[in-house]
Amino acid sequence: MKKTYVKGLAAVLLMAVAGPVLADNAGPSMTDKPTEAASQMPLGEQVYTTTCQECHMPNAMGAEGAGRYPALAKNPKLAAKQYPMVMVVNGSKAMPSFARQLDADEIAAVVNYVRTHFGNNYKDKVTAAEVKAVLPKTGPYEGH
Amino acid sequence: MSDKASTGISRRELLMMIGAMAGSATSYNAMASMGLVEESRFNGPPKLDGDPKGASVLILGAGIAGMVAAMELRNAGYKVKVLEYNSRAGGRNWSIRGGDVYTELGGATQHCEFDKGLYINPGPWRLPYNHHGILDYARRLGVRVEPFQQLNFNAYVHSTQAFGGKPQRYREIQTDYLGHVSELLSKVTQQGKLNEMVSKEDEASLLDSLRRIGALDRRYRYVPGRESSNRRGFQKPPGGGLDARPIYSKDLTGLSEILKSGLWRSIGAGWSTEFQSTIFEPVGGMGKIGEAFGRELADLIEYERKVVKVHQNRKGVEVTYVDPKTDGNPRTVTADYCLCTIPLSVLSQIDLNINPKMQAAINAVPYAAAIKIGLQFKRRFWEQDEHIYGGISYTDLPIGSIGYPNTDYFQPGKGVLLGGYMFGPNAMKFTAMPPEERVKKAVEYGAQIHAQYPQEFDNGVAVGWHRVPWTLGCFGTWTDELRAQHYDDLCQIDHRFLVAGEHASYIPGWQEGAVTSAIDAITRLHHKVINA
Ligand SMILES: Cc1cc2nc3c(=O)[nH]c(=O)nc-3n(C[C@H](O)[C@H](O)[C@H](O)COP(=O)(O)OP(=O)(O)OC[C@H]3O[C@@H](n4cnc5c(N)ncnc54)[C@H](O)[C@@H]3O)c2cc1C
Repeated sequence: MKKTYVKGLAAVLLMAVAGPVLADNAGPSMTDKPTEAASQMPLGEQVYTTTCQECHMPNAMGAEGAGRYPALAKNPKLAAKQYPMVMVVNGSKAMPSFARQLDADEIAAVVNYVRTHFGNNYKDKVTAAEVKAVLPKTGPYEGH
Repeated sequence: MSDKASTGISRRELLMMIGAMAGSATSYNAMASMGLVEESRFNGPPKLDGDPKGASVLILGAGIAGMVAAMELRNAGYKVKVLEYNSRAGGRNWSIRGGDVYTELGGATQHCEFDKGLYINPGPWRLPYNHHGILDYARRLGVRVEPFQQLNFNAYVHSTQAFGGKPQRYREIQTDYLGHVSELLSKVTQQGKLNEMVSKEDEASLLDSLRRIGALDRRYRYVPGRESSNRRGFQKPPGGGLDARPIYSKDLTGLSEILKSGLWRSIGAGWSTEFQSTIFEPVGGMGKIGEAFGRELADLIEYERKVVKVHQNRKGVEVTYVDPKTDGNPRTVTADYCLCTIPLSVLSQIDLNINPKMQAAINAVPYAAAIKIGLQFKRRFWEQDEHIYGGISYTDLPIGSIGYPNTDYFQPGKGVLLGGYMFGPNAMKFTAMPPEERVKKAVEYGAQIHAQYPQEFDNGVAVGWHRVPWTLGCFGTWTDELRAQHYDDLCQIDHRFLVAGEHASYIPGWQEGAVTSAIDAITRLHHKVINA
């Protein structure tokens, strides 16, 4: 394993254990705070933070190891709105298709969100109808 | 349907219901198993007879596939070198133990604080008895194994939507389900409604079997009594002395309630061949296999080599690698042949000069999301308070399941369990969180099943596979369509280059796929070499 040390994480973990936050909230009646917060977010941001950010990272800078995830931040490829739309619908290489997992509204919203955030500032919008037009009739099997 | 039984269920509905049970178990397993149910074709180590005449093979990746190939090719007289990105052997065969440090894509670093001897397997954790290949390598490498409990009758099945969110014991749900279904089927049998399907002489055996399989009483009823209590448990179990008399359990769950709860889905979880007894795990963590391979092949493997380019020409193969820490210091090595076991998610980004069909195959396979969360608790409360010794509880909460350690039973001190194992959207959502948040959420959700969680939680680690720097995912998600289009192109030898690994098999997401793929690849390569 790589021995990169990031100070503070251990401390954060300890706090989570010792601090009152966890103990007070845990239990059968606890509420799911992050999801509640998420539901107040605009749809595009909601999809980004629960799905895209898994690989493209919270700051949309992507990441690199043995392979890499491209940055969406300041990405000139996003200039053509069809490009990210088709990527999300079809997938590409390691990236799965989201045609089954997300509906047309969600795909349109997240494409528009990414194209207007993270240093991208494109004015034209993708509509759900445009997404529907490229959605396969039977989506590829997501899962296994 | 005209043919209504007295229960109000038609024969067809009844049979469909039974079919639905098998069907749901199947789809459930498809989810849980990550793959097709295939008995291994492993037939013992490959016999690579004939002189390779000093041919050299460069193997990319020191996972199971790469190391099986390296060991067998070396034994057959090849000059072998393995280039590996990580600083350890094993690839996805990996255990995280106390003191380990893991940095994921995006830079988040986790320091595992488990006690000595405790570990979590972030990837593979079970070895079905019919995966003869991986078990044979474990045996040959001297890796000790112990039973992995897939099915624990005393573990829980849990739905937030049923029984007021209270977890039920597997044995109760299983017994009640089988009891009701058997009673129904005996009723229609006795009413002579299965005439066309069951002969008179089979009828008696059918009824007898239903009584036994369903724990029915003598009158083919599923009711409180010795038969049902022997299966689902007693209200007061038999004991010794004056206070010995048992009390049968009376709270049998009604059929409708079980059907509505959806908990019957968990019943078939251990029925497909990959989950049937006996299943094994290496003592001390799955990573023991990769580590043993690493020792065996110590003089062949070069670590911290990030392969960025593979080019072949008439005379051989040139592989360029860089230092993974800096992406600098490029160096090139050559060999006669190259066997590449790098996951397709990464390989599709590497500069290759291979035929377009093979390249298209490499580019075609997306990689699945999955996450595992290991939680250390201050004591083994699941054993001490709930008598759960190994096995798995299933839940419809996002964490999916809780896996209890199948080792060190009754030990004092801390214990580590698998606090979440997710695929699909839930895995994505969890992986998208910072690691400490994943752990925190797993503790919050798990507390709905084990109330001891908040009190006893100590620390945890969480590995989301899309963030693993050297796989970018859990396993290659082939579909039937993708296989039809690309699989054969992927597995061809392209001049001096070929691939092996989990992704080049019909046992996706299992180490057996990596083993059998490697053996198939080197057998074909060897044939080519000695006939060259
Ligand atoms: C969550 C999860 C659960 C699983 N459960 C089970 C289970 O219970 N039982 C079971 O048998 N299997 C299970 N599997 C599947 C099993 O882990 C894999 O099928 C198997 O380990 C794959 O072996 P491999 O050699 O094909 O690939 P890997 O193990 O991925 O090996 C590939 C190697 O290539 C290296 N590499 C990558 N990029 C480069 C590069 N650019 N340069 C150099 N080297 C590189 C990697 O570091 C790695 O070491 C599970 C997998 C996961 C993720």
